Amino acid sequence: MSVHVSTLQARISGESTASSPLSTEEYFVNMGPQHPSTHGVLRLVLRLDGETVREVVPVLGYIHRGIEKMGEHGNYRQFVHLVDRMDYLSALANNWAVTMVVEKAAKMETNDRIQAIRTLVCELQRIQSHQLWWGVFGMDLGAFTPFFYGLRDREQICDIFEKTIGARLTMNYIQPGGVMYDIHPDFVKDVKAFLTYFKSKMPEYDALMTENVIIQERLRGIGKLSAERAIALGATGPVLRASGVAHDLRKSEPYGLYSQVDFDVPVGTTGDCWDRYWVRMEEMRQSVRIVEQLIDNIPEGKTFLVKPAAKIKVPAGVHYSHVETARGVLGVLLVSNGKDAPYRIHCRTPNFNNLWCIGEMATGGRIGDLVATLSSIDIVVPDIDR
Amino acid sequence: MSWPVKTIAERTGDLLPGSPWTASVYVLLTILAVTAFMTVTGLVLIYAERKIAAHFQCRLGPMRVGWHGVLQTIADALKLLLKEDIVPRDADALLHILAPVLSFAGMLLVMIALPMSPSLQVADMNIGVLYVTAVSGLGVLGILLGGWSSNNKWSLLGAMRAGAQIISYEVSATLALLVVVLFSGTLQLSGIVQSQEAGWWIWRAHGCGIVAFAIFLIAGTAEINRTPFDLAEGESELTAGFHTEYSGLRFSFFFLSEFLNMFVLAAMTSTLFLGGWMPLHIGHFAVFNGVMDIIPPGLWFTLKTTAMIFLIMWFRWTFPRLRVDQLMRLEWKILLPIGFVNLFVSAACVVTGCYFFAR
Amino acid sequence: MEAPNLIAAVQALQPDATVRAQSDRPTLIVPAHALVALATRLRDDPALRFDLLETHTAVDWLDEDRLELLYLLTSVPLGHHLTLSVSVDRDAPVVPTLCKVYPIAEWLEREAYDMFGILYDDHPDLRRLFLEDDWVGFPLRKDYEDDFMLERPE
Repeated sequence: MSVHVSTLQARISGESTASSPLSTEEYFVNMGPQHPSTHGVLRLVLRLDGETVREVVPVLGYIHRGIEKMGEHGNYRQFVHLVDRMDYLSALANNWAVTMVVEKAAKMETNDRIQAIRTLVCELQRIQSHQLWWGVFGMDLGAFTPFFYGLRDREQICDIFEKTIGARLTMNYIQPGGVMYDIHPDFVKDVKAFLTYFKSKMPEYDALMTENVIIQERLRGIGKLSAERAIALGATGPVLRASGVAHDLRKSEPYGLYSQVDFDVPVGTTGDCWDRYWVRMEEMRQSVRIVEQLIDNIPEGKTFLVKPAAKIKVPAGVHYSHVETARGVLGVLLVSNGKDAPYRIHCRTPNFNNLWCIGEMATGGRIGDLVATLSSIDIVVPDIDR
Repeated sequence: MSWPVKTIAERTGDLLPGSPWTASVYVLLTILAVTAFMTVTGLVLIYAERKIAAHFQCRLGPMRVGWHGVLQTIADALKLLLKEDIVPRDADALLHILAPVLSFAGMLLVMIALPMSPSLQVADMNIGVLYVTAVSGLGVLGILLGGWSSNNKWSLLGAMRAGAQIISYEVSATLALLVVVLFSGTLQLSGIVQSQEAGWWIWRAHGCGIVAFAIFLIAGTAEINRTPFDLAEGESELTAGFHTEYSGLRFSFFFLSEFLNMFVLAAMTSTLFLGGWMPLHIGHFAVFNGVMDIIPPGLWFTLKTTAMIFLIMWFRWTFPRLRVDQLMRLEWKILLPIGFVNLFVSAACVVTGCYFFAR
Repeated sequence: MEAPNLIAAVQALQPDATVRAQSDRPTLIVPAHALVALATRLRDDPALRFDLLETHTAVDWLDEDRLELLYLLTSVPLGHHLTLSVSVDRDAPVVPTLCKVYPIAEWLEREAYDMFGILYDDHPDLRRLFLEDDWVGFPLRKDYEDDFMLERPE
């Protein structure tokens, strides 16, 4: 065969000459797999010219657990449980993606109560995920305090989840045929209390970070990504929307109860870090709006329409569904051969595609810009490696 | 009313003709006292920083060891002392060991010139300001050596950042300092304090003082590598910067000297701009001045320094970090021109005697 | 564009493309050699504008001794979807790369190489993505075995 297969060693030991007229030497630095701002075990091999980043070579796989292979060895319900471990900050949306493809393929029924609960908890989790991102973003830029503010407010949502779902991170809640448990009797009251609380905290977020001159200086014009390049590089979610493309599956292919609620899709203009920051801040406000519209209108009904132990058989064929998680489009491709376990299941994860943009965004910037850009993508490494 | 200044060095000199032995015991006790003072100050500052940070961040901070965690830093210091001291195999062992000592020594040497009260100052040089500027530059040597000798690219990057940053900001800090020297007409630190008897330089100098104060504070914060200028450590970028490869006792030297540098900066700021140990006086208002004199000078110094330390900590827990090129731009394109203009304006003020309570 | 119209429009571009049965989205089976030219036209055609390669992966049909490559295309401005299916021999899985048309394909194809051993001709940087460079075998193939693998409970 004529196709040449390369190695990492060959990739980074190529010719390197500095572009500066001064006689400087370029060098490689391993950022990660243990590094404070790679959010886990991401490894970036950087080719640096002094402080300037010339090339970013992401090296993946440090937390590759073979979720797709494991999926072939279990049934559909078991796979729901596995996807919690991908993007653990939007576990509910992951559950929903699998649930959606199975329900669509096996033609399972749901009712409005189930859809309302799913929509509600997913939006709450979007807020929660963005809060964590906001805190970590501050920390990556060198400000510690936002981290604690973000986590403090996130805790309230986690408590709401804990009451209803029993878990705070890996939910395993949205199941084919319904949701695992009915909402806790306090759910509506707690969510309303949280909304009141959180709306009073949003100005605090702005005062601490958004209006800070250093934040603005650090973010504006950094890590630019044009709309065409963003689409070509497969970016989705806030990264794509910050580049000015209003692509949001909640609007373009509404699922759940998104077609019945009124919300806006915030878009940026230049696609720099600031736009990504702003888009996420705005998304939190929009999610609050969605939750406000739904919280008083949860219809009555059952919350699980099939027997939990029932075997789910999916007709043979290729099935695909996607949802909008806090980070972008999560698609589940299911190839079935008619049995009760998937023949092949593949997850199109948002972080995998969004991280691919880092090479384009960070090249030419400083190390500090790289950290800001990486953080503005809001990566969750287990979601990349699966 | 003039304040009689008697330094420890002078007192030793008085003892010397009587018996050299008494004098040397006195010197020994002084060294012990200074060391103890520094250690205690360092521990208190670390505790204060943790508590203040915690309350900025809506949490409690250390609460378990002792009442409200007061013994936490002692426990941490013990832990650091007992930790394995690692010198990386490919590091330059001698320089790796020397670096934290140098960093600590630079800070220690500044300490002896600080006028804490009329009777509490180790040595009062007639070129005190010059001495402080020169000796505080030693600290950067420790950081540079530490980063270079670690043989780690992140450490080297941190050290290079620190080198560029500290040397640049020293220029602005010195320019701001010169303003006070111009107004007070002396380089002697106790003399500068005495010159503020009619009022602090921060408000007496028609705005020049405030500008110089701001520049000195910003440049000083940059010199001691604290947020928003903590690029040398920049833990989200360079893991831990120049002290990535340090552990145990040697790390604690860097750590302690960072905190004591903050004390030195706060003490220098209050000495130069806020009157040091001098009570708050307003010109010839005898009654007001009399009331202010009730508070002893040592307490005045402590209060002012504490306030400055709190301000610096407040910066740290509010601001994010600058980027390396923004840092350089801030110094060379903003602070330095303002500093120069301010210096010329102050010179004009001094020549024309156009400031409050001119002699 | 609705599914029948979409299939007709693509078949006008590529007459030998056949519809793949058992798929919930419009899916066309195309020969491997026509892939790059077709993808370029799908992307640039103003009526189709498939500008996003949403994902690309493979399926190992062990019984039929072939690997099926699936390319899921989405048009962000027009909001329609199309799947391309390409079958290759399991023993010599060589297909042209789509990197020139969709840059994201560079990683997706590396993942497919990593997991299925599909060789992408003209790929700029073909190496394993998740596993180490010296890993033996391609884990997502159905006949892959190693010492610590799960057994499917029956």
